Amino acid sequence: MSALTNDMRTATGVITRSNTGIPSSRLAMWFLLGGEVLIFGGLLVSYMMGRLAHPEWAEEAHHTATTIGFINAIILLTSDLFVVMAHADAQRKDGASAAKNIMITVALGLAFLVIKGFEYSHEISAGLTIHKSVFWAYYYLITGIHGSHIVVGIIALTLVARTAKRGEQLQRVETAGIYWHFVDMVWLIVFPLLYIAK
Amino acid sequence: MGSSHHEPTFTEKYIFPLDHKNIGLQYLLTAMFMACVGGFLAYVFRMKLAWADAPVPLVGDVDGGLYNSMVTMHGTVMIFWVAMPTLIAAFGNFLIPLMIGADDMAFPRLNRLSYQIFLLSAIILIASFFVPGGSASGAWTFYPPLNSSKIVDGVVEMHNGGVYWGGNLWILAVALEFASFLLGGINFMTTTLNLRTKGMGLFQMPMSLWMINIASLVFALSVGPLVAGAIMMLSDRMVGTGFFNPELGGDPVLFQHLFWFFGHPEVYVVLLPALGFFADIIPVFARKPFFGYRIVVYFTLFLGALSFIVWAHHQFQAGIDPRMANYFTITTIIISIPFGVMLFALILSLYGGSIRFTVPMLWAISGVAEFLVGGITGIHLGTSASDIYFHDNYFVVAHFHYTLFPATFFGAFAAITFWFPKWFGRHLNEGLGKLHWMLTVVFFNGIFIPLFITGLNGQHRRIYDYKAWDEMNTPAQHNLNVIATICLLGLLATQLVFLLNFFRSWASGPKATANPYNATTLEWAAASPPPHGNFDKVLTVYRGPHEYSVPGAKEDFSPQWIQ
Repeated sequence: MSALTNDMRTATGVITRSNTGIPSSRLAMWFLLGGEVLIFGGLLVSYMMGRLAHPEWAEEAHHTATTIGFINAIILLTSDLFVVMAHADAQRKDGASAAKNIMITVALGLAFLVIKGFEYSHEISAGLTIHKSVFWAYYYLITGIHGSHIVVGIIALTLVARTAKRGEQLQRVETAGIYWHFVDMVWLIVFPLLYIAK
Repeated sequence: MGSSHHEPTFTEKYIFPLDHKNIGLQYLLTAMFMACVGGFLAYVFRMKLAWADAPVPLVGDVDGGLYNSMVTMHGTVMIFWVAMPTLIAAFGNFLIPLMIGADDMAFPRLNRLSYQIFLLSAIILIASFFVPGGSASGAWTFYPPLNSSKIVDGVVEMHNGGVYWGGNLWILAVALEFASFLLGGINFMTTTLNLRTKGMGLFQMPMSLWMINIASLVFALSVGPLVAGAIMMLSDRMVGTGFFNPELGGDPVLFQHLFWFFGHPEVYVVLLPALGFFADIIPVFARKPFFGYRIVVYFTLFLGALSFIVWAHHQFQAGIDPRMANYFTITTIIISIPFGVMLFALILSLYGGSIRFTVPMLWAISGVAEFLVGGITGIHLGTSASDIYFHDNYFVVAHFHYTLFPATFFGAFAAITFWFPKWFGRHLNEGLGKLHWMLTVVFFNGIFIPLFITGLNGQHRRIYDYKAWDEMNTPAQHNLNVIATICLLGLLATQLVFLLNFFRSWASGPKATANPYNATTLEWAAASPPPHGNFDKVLTVYRGPHEYSVPGAKEDFSPQWIQ
């Protein structure tokens, strides 16, 4: 089981290698997402256990806006398409096109946040605040932590688009894209748990 | 390559370093400072336990609140700011690139960021002593309702006189510390998987690397639920939600689950690197290979997986379902199998060797022996029936100190004394090292053997003044507490010998050669201390890490890098 060696020298003379064949940045992203799975896993399993122990939460869940949640799910899934197209551009070394597709993704991410913001304000004005019950506390915490991941993803993708536009650091497109896919995947679990399961 | 790196300036080397060895040094020195803080906290509450009526010198009168705050912060500091930074961060940083034949970590700037977040977390933790109400005081496990609050008309009410700002800062500091170690661990695992030099397969790696990486993986996969729990706790305290408040429909036991899902794997995060150091040090001074290398690796992976399904043995008395307690008893007792394999492998590595009792070897052997005491007393606590009696008394305190003290301090002292010549290019004083070892072993046992007995006799660990419980406070019990406290004072004083030895040798110890122990792993191929960039040529690995006394070889050690 001896390791492969494909030593490469960076500009500063440091040796980099990739024994696994997976670039270090992508490997690190997978480890990070492994940790993230457990953060969301802890939250969602806590919520599910609470939901099982409290049948009365079904009454509260009745008030979540399924249509808006569904529209947001479609928006995120569409944004995934543009991330994949950006990745394909990056593989063709077409940085300018990759940057364009990333910015469409960012725009869809912002649209998600704007819709979510309207949803929050609608709920809060209807008295469905974080203090109303533990269900709503979970609702705001889970969607809030998910939303903060969307914000981080938007910032990361914007930074990646800036370098990709100049045709530099194109491997970052894939790394940031993996993160974006993960955040969207989380919504596909959050959406049925909070919006569909009435 | 060494020649193509420019030598860093003072600021680049000590203030904002990118070099893995200097970041490791930052972690080590920060942890040594925090160990002094943690030791001082132990001094305060042990003095109170031995002489409840007298003011504690340097501190004054210790009331119940201050006592709780000292105990809470002692546990927090020692686990998160001493054990983890020393064993994983400091030695992980120093050893990983050197042992795999790499120039540096995969992400040097991420590495620097990890330390800076860690330093910030340490500063916030220290600052929490000085906010109104003092530091957190609801034990390092931070259970609700002791640590939760309720908000009535915008006014925060803590339950049972808990601490508000100190507790909030505690959560913030711990969360930052987790972020730092998550990033650091990702860096370690990526570096180990991707940056190994030619010929360095996974099974050619020294045991320290296996153990540090398994610990990093276990940490990364266990910390998530507690991050979620910490956010929920902060929201309960500062926003007024009721995740853990039964009054509002929440569940306080949920926090215990989230905490111990992380908390139990965390114990192995601390133990495994220390066992890895022992497994790399013992072959050097027994001049024979480590016994059962692959078996130990497989069993450690098994242990890592098992550590995720034992957590509720910390909650046998929390009102969990007895059927669930049965299940967790069984998984907990199964844990003794991989640990038994590891300890026997360490002991059998000595069998038939030509043993040299150098200072690191003494630390390693005594560390294994002391850890065995901790492991065996754990069986009583892992069994739900006997835990009903032992729960939360001093037997538990003595048990976990017999596991964590050998791991943290015997492990760290073994590693520091073993790799000191490589790290600083100078030798420690052997005589002072042996004196420090001997006194530490004597005083450590002098503290915790009495506590096993007071615990068996029923003394409870959360009581700061036993005058109100006459039947518990017999002269015999009190004398045992006094013995433990006197031994703690001895233990703290003994560490001055180590600090003297460490800093004097760093400044002016005798110079070390590149491979003073005739050892075989790659770090000994670099100069002592290794320059920026580590090695002067790209190394190729030809054999496993512990090839000592190979029949037919010219010398009794066959380095990995020489064909």
